[in-house]
Amino acid sequence: MSILINKSTKIIFQGFTGDKGTFHGREAIEYGTNLVGGVTPGKGGQRHLDRPVFNTVKEAVEATGAEASITFVAPPYCADAIMEGADAGLRLICAITDGIPAQDMMRVKRYLRRYPKDRRTMLVGPNCAGIISPGEAMLGIMPGNIYSKGNIGVVSRSGTLGYEAAEQLKALGLGISTSVGIGGDPINGSSFLDHLELFEKDPDTHAVLMIGEIGGPQEAEAAAWIQKHMSKPVVGYVAGLTAPKGRRMGHAGAIISGEGDSAKEKSEIMESFGLTVAPSPGELGSTMLRVLEGKRRAA
Amino acid sequence: MDIHEYQAKEILQKAGVGLPRGAVAFSAEQAVYAATELGGWRWVVKAQVHAGARGKAGGIKLCQTYHEVREAAEGMLGKTLVTHQTGPQGKPVQRVYVEVADPFEREFYLGFVLDRKEERVRVIASKEGGMEIEQIASEKPDSLIQVIVEPAVGMQQFEAREIAFKLGLNIKQVQSAVATILGCYRAFRDHDATMLEINPLVLTKDGRILALDAKMSFDDNAMFRQRKVADMHDPAQEDPREAQAAEHQLNYVGLDGTIGCIVNGAGLAMATMDMIKYAGGEPANFLDVGGGASAARVATAFRLVLSDKNVDAVLVNIFAGINRCDWVAEGIVQAVKETKIGVPLVVRLAGTNVEAGRKILRESGIDLYTAESLTEAAKLAVEVSQKHKTAA
Repeated sequence: MSILINKSTKIIFQGFTGDKGTFHGREAIEYGTNLVGGVTPGKGGQRHLDRPVFNTVKEAVEATGAEASITFVAPPYCADAIMEGADAGLRLICAITDGIPAQDMMRVKRYLRRYPKDRRTMLVGPNCAGIISPGEAMLGIMPGNIYSKGNIGVVSRSGTLGYEAAEQLKALGLGISTSVGIGGDPINGSSFLDHLELFEKDPDTHAVLMIGEIGGPQEAEAAAWIQKHMSKPVVGYVAGLTAPKGRRMGHAGAIISGEGDSAKEKSEIMESFGLTVAPSPGELGSTMLRVLEGKRRAA
Repeated sequence: MDIHEYQAKEILQKAGVGLPRGAVAFSAEQAVYAATELGGWRWVVKAQVHAGARGKAGGIKLCQTYHEVREAAEGMLGKTLVTHQTGPQGKPVQRVYVEVADPFEREFYLGFVLDRKEERVRVIASKEGGMEIEQIASEKPDSLIQVIVEPAVGMQQFEAREIAFKLGLNIKQVQSAVATILGCYRAFRDHDATMLEINPLVLTKDGRILALDAKMSFDDNAMFRQRKVADMHDPAQEDPREAQAAEHQLNYVGLDGTIGCIVNGAGLAMATMDMIKYAGGEPANFLDVGGGASAARVATAFRLVLSDKNVDAVLVNIFAGINRCDWVAEGIVQAVKETKIGVPLVVRLAGTNVEAGRKILRESGIDLYTAESLTEAAKLAVEVSQKHKTAA
């Protein structure tokens, strides 16, 4: 029905009792997410939002059988929280936190590789809007009501541009299987490619919208993989056609620093690997519709 | 965040990297005094700006007498240095670095960078020092020596030794080069750097390995634990509007166009700029007001965008997630009442509480254009900006 999360996924909040954890915890519950508890060191044994609070992730996993977490832990401590989650055996961790030092992320990525691939934690983010499988579960900070359930997979570096895509798709009557925000940092927990693989395997995803931005090698890597391995149509877009070289555009990772980093180059790479590139960010939805109709006619 | 050459050298010296003797000066008098204190018979006077390619732009002068040191410093201080890395507006020179010029035999390149693809630190060296790394990579790609550092254990002696031998050094020089390379690595790791470039690293005639130049950039996200580095911040090297924006936790980048943008989220902000271009206009800036855009922050954003005299229309594009459209609408109303805008305003709201937000705008009596979609908003902004231009 979706990738990463669904109705039955047992989820805990790391940084549960803070302002952000509380606000988004309430939203998640309202959306129907299976939120089974949370972790705040020192508050173990209390109840919050009618759910149990634990001192450590290990305790939370033992008591609730949680498989996934979302973390709102502040930047200086977030890398530690992610490694704690991985060590406790969580299958999926979604890090919303913006501002984790890149060297901390380097260590986190190295730490995650301690586990063999079949037991390795999937990290989404950091600095992302999270994951939503419409009608199933929400593990993020997005407005749930703009997403309708359907068969398009969305993977985006930017949160708000992901919202934009959801709204455009909805206006055209297209729904979403799962939308994943991989985040705007230079080092992401998981890449476009990781999620494209999952979308390719998901029977309820019929096409994928992939929204990149300037900086880094990820979009090109993903495009090359798509040409070789992906049977489903992919529509691409790269934000930042008007971005000047060498300037950081808001996101820590959004900087054109070398060859292949610009939006124009990335769009050309995508096209050369057979993706359909939306001509403007106002045509994410309509380009997807055009591709789907073309596919239907061909079939 | 970038720092000056002399500041990077302070950091490197503590890490055991070999450096020529030098001192910073804020006036020509100080520069001459520094030269007398340093001793020697030849000095280099270097303009301290956050950009490379200073030599060709007249920002580096070799001096043989105190008089020449004075003249070089006077010629640089208080001026604006334009190199091909600064952009046409250049960077102000408020300090110079005076350094003893040791005669050297050979020049190398040594760089450390946080590699996004490998997600590790990449060390790059080459025998072809003095040229920019881009030039080395395109003209002499075979000369590049590269090491990817395993983050769990850090850079090892043997990795530095391999680099040193490949640079063609003899065993005595190799020992000194290993100390320098490992020192640079430690300085990079311990200060949360994202880039460290020594170009050139030289072998002096008397057999020492010295870093003649040093350039360092740091991870903004790590400044909470790098207080000493954060204190080295020199706002004079930044666009004053960007410095002002940073004070208010807004992300602003000035551009050359005429349509001011106020957007939430970095990706949507870039997409909005792209959409304006696609609709036939030119964006005046990138501005991300961030997640919790309060009324006060929206008002600051307006002031910033309008301080650019080229702006002849403002486009506000908010897709509220954590934000709420009604709060943003109140911010817009407050900002418009406080600041005289004087140019047409286009607002597009979407997401959480959008109806309440639109209602607030409608009932405020403010003169503005509203749009429902991104495409419509950009088209409208370009249209009203052109009308405003013709009317003015």
